[in-house]
Amino acid sequence: MANLLEVDGLSKRFRGLKAVSNVSFAVPEGRIVALIGPNGAGKTTTFNLIAGVFPPDEGRVHLKGEPITGLKPNHVCAAGIGRTFQIVKPFGQLSVEENVVVGALARERSVETARRQARAVLERLGLADQATRPARSLTLPDRKRLEVARALATRPTLLLLDEVLAGLRPTEVDRMVEVLRDLNRREGLTILMIEHVMRAVMALSDQVVVLDHGEKIADGTPSDVVADPRVIESYLGAEDL
Amino acid sequence: MTRRGIVLLALLGALLLVAPAFADRYVVSVLTTVLWFAYVGQAWNVMMGFSGLLSLGHALYVGLGAYVSAALFVHFGIGPWLGLWAAMLAATAAGCFIGFLGFRFGVRGVHFALLTIAFAEVARIGFDHLQWFGGSGGFFIPVAGNAGDDLLNLRGSPTLFYYVILALVVAALALSRVLLHSRLGYQWLAVREEPEAAEAVGVDLFRARIAAVAVSSALTALGGVFQAFYFNNLFPEQVFSMGRSIEIILPAIVGGIGTLIGPILGAFILTPLGELLTFLIEVTGLDLPGLKQLFYGVALVVIVVYRPDGVWPWLARRFGLVRQPGEEA
Repeated sequence: MANLLEVDGLSKRFRGLKAVSNVSFAVPEGRIVALIGPNGAGKTTTFNLIAGVFPPDEGRVHLKGEPITGLKPNHVCAAGIGRTFQIVKPFGQLSVEENVVVGALARERSVETARRQARAVLERLGLADQATRPARSLTLPDRKRLEVARALATRPTLLLLDEVLAGLRPTEVDRMVEVLRDLNRREGLTILMIEHVMRAVMALSDQVVVLDHGEKIADGTPSDVVADPRVIESYLGAEDL
Repeated sequence: MTRRGIVLLALLGALLLVAPAFADRYVVSVLTTVLWFAYVGQAWNVMMGFSGLLSLGHALYVGLGAYVSAALFVHFGIGPWLGLWAAMLAATAAGCFIGFLGFRFGVRGVHFALLTIAFAEVARIGFDHLQWFGGSGGFFIPVAGNAGDDLLNLRGSPTLFYYVILALVVAALALSRVLLHSRLGYQWLAVREEPEAAEAVGVDLFRARIAAVAVSSALTALGGVFQAFYFNNLFPEQVFSMGRSIEIILPAIVGGIGTLIGPILGAFILTPLGELLTFLIEVTGLDLPGLKQLFYGVALVVIVVYRPDGVWPWLARRFGLVRQPGEEA
């Protein structure tokens, strides 16, 4: 299967500290790939490099074979990448629906059409009954879902999810996993997710990329990766899965 | 808005429409001042209220609008309805230049506000020395005697000016509403709330912000054109003063930043409050220098402390004038 996203030799230094060092991996079209690793491994930095928050010092990013390296976030969005933020960033004073409308307006000029699309996305994520509430009044699990809804509304071909399961209760995790699996299976949405909840990683992902100290230390199927001694040493530890 | 809110607004509009038939000259002049501040407050609100860009130098756009239209009229006999386009162009150009400097070089928040003050101050000092604009001695538009109302040249009675500014307020309200419900309006709100998230959903921050500055400065310039032809005299020390910039932002702050009605309500609170204080000081004979300003300041503090989000959101909630989030449409 063709690669939707190709990350090639990505490096980023912050004041001499190597946050990401020569990281390469690919996300095949229609797959769910998980990016895991201990805190400070460079996962979110990698996301930000892909999403255009800052340009890499070295390396290239391609989406559908087209270079998107160093593009600004709004252009990366236009190219087809939707993202969520680890620390959620709702448009607090806007209603839940308006938040998603802004997302839909990325590809839609008419506000009315964007509103219809937003409602469909909210329905899908189980937020429809909260549509008129101000986003700032939502609980954390709902805010996380709103992050996903807003990103989905931009109609991405690749969805970047930054720890959307962290802080959720097990039943909420299961619900979100269901939604993501559904999006992937039914609509063929490709997903790259940073995740600590290993249960979800194992359940969802086709491929796992492991970062440690800014470097890639493993890349393979979930079962291969969790059996990898380096991964166990640096990240999983004695944790039983 | 709820039905009740719309009825109330329509009633107020109707009242303002017939006011000159019943009110005396003094009341009409006070109402004209109220409406002027309501208008420029709305213009400022587009930047701060909709897009989160704090401008403390809006006197710059008032002044540019006023001076450009007045100078075109006096020097070349170009009427205000033509001159206002040049006035808006000048103000928008200045606004976009400041915006460009601010947004390109990452000048944000308070520092951006400082930048806007700096440009207004530069204009104040600069116009003191521009003889073509009358310099520090002031620039004057000749007052036509009793030639009657001449809408084409904006010469005439206070009633004429009253209706012109009333029309401007209504137009600005309509425009603000349309903008707020447009694609650009949603993007402005997103940029105001969370720029980083807005950018991630495809909003071009630079373009959205520049658009807000352009709209706001152009609208404000029209307030300047009105001021020039209403007062017939312009002094850089007054027109571009820091105090004027503050006066422009107060109605929106008191009424409710980011709301459609807030700046209008704020103007209706503040200007009459000032007039009332003048009146009280006159009757009581307590004519100490600065007393009025002191009371005015205290009143402002009280409003801002007790209604930090502005009076309008509270009033609207209290009396069910707008639909609250979570209520069924």
